[in-house]
Amino acid sequence: MRDVSIIGIGQTPVGEHWEKPLRILGAEAVLAALEDAQLERPEILYVGNMLSGQLLRQENIGPLIADHAGLRGLEATKIEAACASGAAALRAAYLAVAGGMVDVAVACGAEKMTDAPSDETTKALVSAADSIYEAQHGLSFVAINALLMRRYMHTYGYAHADFAGFAVNAHRNAAHNPNAMFPRAITAEDFGQAKMIADPICLLDSSGIADGAAAVVLAPTAFARAQGLKAVRILGSAVATDAVALHDRDDPLFLSAVHVSTQRACAQARVGLGDIDFVELHDAFTIMAALSLEAAGFCPRGGGARLAMADEISLQGRIPICTMGGLKARGHPVGATGIYQVVEAVQQLRGEAGANQLHGCRIGMCQNIGGSGAIAVTHILERSD
Amino acid sequence: MTFANYWRTRKQRLNLLGESCPQCGAILFPPRDVCPKCSGPAKTPKPLSGRGTVYSFSTLYSAPQGFTQYAPYVVAVIKLAEGPLVTAQLTDVSPAEVQIGMPVEMVTRKVYEEGEAGLIHYSFKFRPVLQTAAQIA
Repeated sequence: MRDVSIIGIGQTPVGEHWEKPLRILGAEAVLAALEDAQLERPEILYVGNMLSGQLLRQENIGPLIADHAGLRGLEATKIEAACASGAAALRAAYLAVAGGMVDVAVACGAEKMTDAPSDETTKALVSAADSIYEAQHGLSFVAINALLMRRYMHTYGYAHADFAGFAVNAHRNAAHNPNAMFPRAITAEDFGQAKMIADPICLLDSSGIADGAAAVVLAPTAFARAQGLKAVRILGSAVATDAVALHDRDDPLFLSAVHVSTQRACAQARVGLGDIDFVELHDAFTIMAALSLEAAGFCPRGGGARLAMADEISLQGRIPICTMGGLKARGHPVGATGIYQVVEAVQQLRGEAGANQLHGCRIGMCQNIGGSGAIAVTHILERSD
Repeated sequence: MTFANYWRTRKQRLNLLGESCPQCGAILFPPRDVCPKCSGPAKTPKPLSGRGTVYSFSTLYSAPQGFTQYAPYVVAVIKLAEGPLVTAQLTDVSPAEVQIGMPVEMVTRKVYEEGEAGLIHYSFKFRPVLQTAAQIA
């Protein structure tokens, strides 16, 4: 197996791109990543996307985006893993390059959510859950996370206000990210007064509906070094799954797929959690941030919310998370999110994170979750000196 | 949900019919034919009592397409007396009265109407356990 590095990154701003279709957003991200890598043509393109079929009545977006990026003829395929589609596309590209099948691969994540009315988008998003035994009872994806949050608060004795730190941290970091959808700070008071969506989840617990696309270029580390390219190594790459429905899990408050994929990625990377300088985690909802930190092992069970209360997740904290705004404030164009996380981790590891730069950071972890924990994709990246 | 799927799932939706695993004894709902605990075949029908307690709940204000006219409504995960968790709506209760641990029982209710054809979807919901006159006395 070959050592693989990320040699190029590209992203569009996250937001409401009324003037641009999915194919253009995807092509812009791919072309930006190729330009950053100083390459013109990859050998393969994987596009992570969740909702194009449901919201745009458009499938087959691998060739569609390749063609609109001027890469007609390229091997190009869509990868779907609900909200983890982006990282799953990266995983596929990693396997292709590490396994020696291709030398240059592009993983793109692209999503267009704001073309449809919000109730249609809400219906489409719940397809990440069990369509027969969750969605058919009228649950939204937010409601499924609300069930988790209520049980968590009951089990560990937390109040809703105890989760404010996750949203405050995300918005504070997004304020310095020019590509963020919500680049402004909020206060704990704002959090407490936000509109309720599915009790106890309010608007500021939840990531918003967004459009966006991001892309990364992968190549063997030896190639990158020979060419003198700026490279960030992929030390570990792992995927694990769990039951899709919340009610089918032995312990819904323990994200087993997060736990297993973290362990596998760390084992491959030969690093411990203490070596990880920051985490781009899947804060689609504040409860998901808390449960992710616990399942990954950064704190004991029931201690995730306490990390936010003690501000240990800030850029100056023990374990900085969502350093460019996370899903909450950079935005969560679902199938694109996993690639945005990796682009931002590469910015940190190259020293290009601007006002949010973590000084001396060497190892970053990116973790993208599909459904309420049904699939977790973890990548560990290392600065190359 | 398609008509075919609606028909196919009638026994579990209307009768709460689960399965049990002959190897390890696990009780399964919804039925899935392969035991998630021991990976063996598990096709033995197992009727469930419909009794349980509230494991978690949420009042939903922003509903998916097809359900917006019913919002707000209460959804829950129920811990069935036989062990499995099941997701459903709560009915015959005001949101403020719902608590984790509250005893509930299954009832059959309309969940929603779909499309121009107006297919009415009936399924299980759960309500607070009704007390008989003798119990109240």
